[in-house]
Amino acid sequence: MQMNGAQMVCEALIAEGVKTVFGYPGGAIMNVYDEIYKQNSFEHILTRHEQAAVHAADGYARATGEVGVAMVTSGPGFTNAVTGLATAYMDSIPMVVISGQVPLSLIGTDGFQEIDAVGISRPCTKHNYLVSDLADLPRIIKEAFHIASSGRPGPVLVDVPKDITAEYGEFVYPSDVNIPTYKPNCKGNDRQIKKAAEAIKAAKKPLLYVGGGAVLSDAYTYIRELAALGQIPAVETLMARGVMGAENPLLLGMLGMHGNYASNMAMSETDLVISLGARFDDRVTGKLSEFARYADIIHVDIDPANIGKLVDVDYPIVGDVTNVVKKLLEELKDINPENYASWRATLKRYDDLHPQAFRDSDEVIKPQWVIERIGQLVGEQAIITSDVGQHQMWAAQHYPFDRPRQWINSGGLGTMGFGFPAAIGAKRGVPEKTVINITGDGSILMNVQELVTAAEYQIPVINVILNNNYLGMVRQWQTFFYDKRYSETDLSFQPNFKALAEACGGLGYDVTTKEEFDAALKDAIEQNKVCFINVSVNRLENVLPMVPAGGALYNMLLDHKE
Amino acid sequence: MEIVRRVISVIVMNESSVLARVSGLFAGRGYNIDSLTVAPIPGSELSHITIVTYGNQKVIEQITKQLNKLIPTLKVIEHEEMVEKEMVLVKFPIESNLSDIQALSSAYNGGIVNVGIDMVITMVADEPVRIRHYIEAAQRYNPIEIVRGGVVAIER
Repeated sequence: MQMNGAQMVCEALIAEGVKTVFGYPGGAIMNVYDEIYKQNSFEHILTRHEQAAVHAADGYARATGEVGVAMVTSGPGFTNAVTGLATAYMDSIPMVVISGQVPLSLIGTDGFQEIDAVGISRPCTKHNYLVSDLADLPRIIKEAFHIASSGRPGPVLVDVPKDITAEYGEFVYPSDVNIPTYKPNCKGNDRQIKKAAEAIKAAKKPLLYVGGGAVLSDAYTYIRELAALGQIPAVETLMARGVMGAENPLLLGMLGMHGNYASNMAMSETDLVISLGARFDDRVTGKLSEFARYADIIHVDIDPANIGKLVDVDYPIVGDVTNVVKKLLEELKDINPENYASWRATLKRYDDLHPQAFRDSDEVIKPQWVIERIGQLVGEQAIITSDVGQHQMWAAQHYPFDRPRQWINSGGLGTMGFGFPAAIGAKRGVPEKTVINITGDGSILMNVQELVTAAEYQIPVINVILNNNYLGMVRQWQTFFYDKRYSETDLSFQPNFKALAEACGGLGYDVTTKEEFDAALKDAIEQNKVCFINVSVNRLENVLPMVPAGGALYNMLLDHKE
Repeated sequence: MEIVRRVISVIVMNESSVLARVSGLFAGRGYNIDSLTVAPIPGSELSHITIVTYGNQKVIEQITKQLNKLIPTLKVIEHEEMVEKEMVLVKFPIESNLSDIQALSSAYNGGIVNVGIDMVITMVADEPVRIRHYIEAAQRYNPIEIVRGGVVAIER
């Protein structure tokens, strides 16, 4: 069928089953927007900033497991999208971003709104394309979706010059993909899996170390089964919250810099780490030479480059977590859970000694209380997104996550301003859930313009602002490590958050007591509109426990006395 | 860990920006490039990139894994049993002792390849360590310009 390149882009998106595109038009992408105008197969959500469009596509992908799609124009449209690409890249999120580019004849001439998009995005995409021939366009989009969603997922950029979208040609969408140089290995080597299973049976203190790959691979039922079969204790990374389920007696909690005591001690004393889709990030390991110092390591990862990158691995297994864990279950049928009874008892003692807890107060609202309260009031019904900082860590520590894809945050890149647009994407993808963005008074202002988007499209995202009038996490480091020199972290000068939300067509609540919080959240859910719940919380609250950067996991600050 | 020298061949799809992907990977992740050569593989849509790099074993392993991860990469060969050659062109002033230069160059399997009114150009192709020796020896004849070609290698 004859059509122009712009129409081909739309037809390809339709063929991929895309339901929602987040984007922002501009000169070089206008041909495509003209075709978007003429079609009814997918909806387009106009965010108010390109960065937000990409985060929204990202949130959509994380909540649904499908490929998120964003569209931006050339030049500044594209550069605004870079933070979104990098955020998705660091957390391995499947996403396709289509950017306009100046016409081929102008490339290299410093044309208006020209920037080298493939050059800039090379280190923050899984792959990228500049379309230089209309005949390649259908194949490239097909490949982009395939690459984004297979192997270790990630964002793919397709940069399309304006003359390509204007040109007419024959459209045949390929039915399958054949990239001879790209064949991810997902199966897992049987012999290695057998050896790993023997190691698990021989271990006295095994520990499941569950990472974001477990979420991406939808492996949670098998991982829970594996834990239950051997009664093997488990720790989760920030990215894996929800995989084991908060009520799971085998879950010790989150490990790492702000991990709980039992989790970090378990990692420090285990004799066999069973790593499932985790990548030994520095925020998880602390001082590498002290990390899991008594343990052999089984490392299951779909990306061979993750294996042996930071720690030496005894049982490397390249493969998809689901496939490998299924095979492990077969090999471990005769496992004896009693072998680990004393290990479990030790860890239980650690947890009793220093449980994940906080000192509540009647005078001020503790931010941790807010998180627990949201958990009590909406619990399983909610998807929680977050920005980056103290509120993110408190949410990860204290929210009772029941299932994967319930917790959406920027773990690898740590992008402030991620939470709100990601929540918009998540709500669009999973409308039946209550979507709550737990944010801070610093983060929310980076993409606050999305109030307008959420109001226009009636996307009822609840933003709970844990407002301490500080850039809290940086302030905490200044308290601990910079002798309380609070350089540029005092955010006492603030907008009127309630009025700001209202001015953009949403609802606002100012909360200074626990009763007011309950009432505000209840009202927000009932009113079903985008809102800010601005909660004044204890100003100098710290995230604890804390492993100082570069320290050993077993050296946690458990309390901070003024 | 001990720093080792490695010659790595990368077979890639011959498409635009593939060299930028490879060199960008080295720059972005802080790996060393001692030399890099690239040319199309005859009769195919592939290119052969030869990279000489230094690093400890962990770094070398990461380099090969990260190269493998690039979508246009077909194959990464960390050479062990290889034939490794490099070429060098040296320009000398015509006033130099031409018979000495000719003798020196033929000792390294090369010779004079071009002569102008005021200069003479030699070419030598040999193992990289012998190329280094040749360049050292050439210093006493006041070379005007030295152009090394970078290493190419083929597994035996």
